[in-house]
Amino acid sequence: MDRIPILKVGDCLLVTIQVDMHDELAMSLQEDLTSQIAKHASRGVLIDISSLEVVDSFIGRMLANIAAMSRVLDAQTVLTGMQPAVAITLVELGMSLPGIKTALNVERGMELLREFTQQNVGLEDSDGSED
Amino acid sequence: MSAFQQILRSNEDSILTSWLKGMSSSTRRSDLIDDADLKQQVKEFLRLFTEAAQISSDIQSAAYVSVREFLKQIAKSRMDRGFSPADTAMFILSLKEPVFVALKDTLKGNPSELVTEIWSSGDLLDKLAMLTVDTAIGFREQTISRQQEEMLELSTPVVKLWDGIVALPLIGTLDSARTQVVMESLLTAIVETNSQVAIIDITGVPTVDTLVAQHLIKTITAARLMGAECFLSGIRPAIAQTIVHLGIDLADIQTKAKLSDAFSIALRILGKSVVSARTAQASSKIKEE
Repeated sequence: MDRIPILKVGDCLLVTIQVDMHDELAMSLQEDLTSQIAKHASRGVLIDISSLEVVDSFIGRMLANIAAMSRVLDAQTVLTGMQPAVAITLVELGMSLPGIKTALNVERGMELLREFTQQNVGLEDSDGSED
Repeated sequence: MSAFQQILRSNEDSILTSWLKGMSSSTRRSDLIDDADLKQQVKEFLRLFTEAAQISSDIQSAAYVSVREFLKQIAKSRMDRGFSPADTAMFILSLKEPVFVALKDTLKGNPSELVTEIWSSGDLLDKLAMLTVDTAIGFREQTISRQQEEMLELSTPVVKLWDGIVALPLIGTLDSARTQVVMESLLTAIVETNSQVAIIDITGVPTVDTLVAQHLIKTITAARLMGAECFLSGIRPAIAQTIVHLGIDLADIQTKAKLSDAFSIALRILGKSVVSARTAQASSKIKEE
């Protein structure tokens, strides 16, 4: 059975969902992710769903669950790259995913995580770097 | 050959004159169409109609093709000039009087045939009148639906205010079809311009009811899901009162009174600020020294 790879980047975990999610895959991701967070004592989780085009209420709830579980394990979840159609679908399903932070792309998502974990020394520069 | 057909052929000139005369008193509208045009139309129609009536009394038949086409043209040109559908129908209906008068004169001694002829000719003219009304209204409906489409396209412009800031100034009443377009165009613009902040300005929205508020909340939530912060601005005092009275919960949504307020917050989020050029010059000089 295929699994979604979980990459460790510093003290964060990076998950990119590149296949259509089916329920079993979602469940295994949930299990893998929680055990990885506990194992590496990660402070942040970044889930990129830019190539996810189909969602249902189950996937929506799974994402909310992952965020809640991560929070229990002291890790902040950031969801990045959601497609407009996916966002509309989730809203129509009544799932506004309140506990999850979101970002437009992985780059912004990493910035958010860095801000959250407060371990990036260059944080002060990164905001004013364009001036 | 029925009396009606005979009369049409033999009395063409007298019917034409009295039709024109009758029309000048009731439905003339000389402000919209001049005498020469009207006379031309009347003459042409009567010629076509007389021809067709000799062959058949069914206006859907092949004999009436040219009559139908001519009437459609008349209806269209009259709607263009600003006639109402009723005025357009009266063009045909006013032909009844001269025809009936002519029938009465001819069939003086035969009342039962007179009634039959009046009924059948009246029926025929009514159908032709309905055809013009149909055409006139169909033409107007076409205009309306075309304008609706244009409005739908025009009414949802997404404006880029700054690198990373898009605004959607909404003008006019929101219905579900339009809100769907609004939602899609805003979300697409967020992706295309890679914007972190979106501002929905509802200064031009006259009324906000529960449905509209629901749609706005959905749009804002969807934008947040995609990773953009979304502000609602331009809420007028009357609308603020309505929202509270309706019990709509906008607690999760950041609202600002004016677009400029939302814009300055957006700039702050992006880590930018607006400074007066003079102050900036002065401070850079100090730095140089």
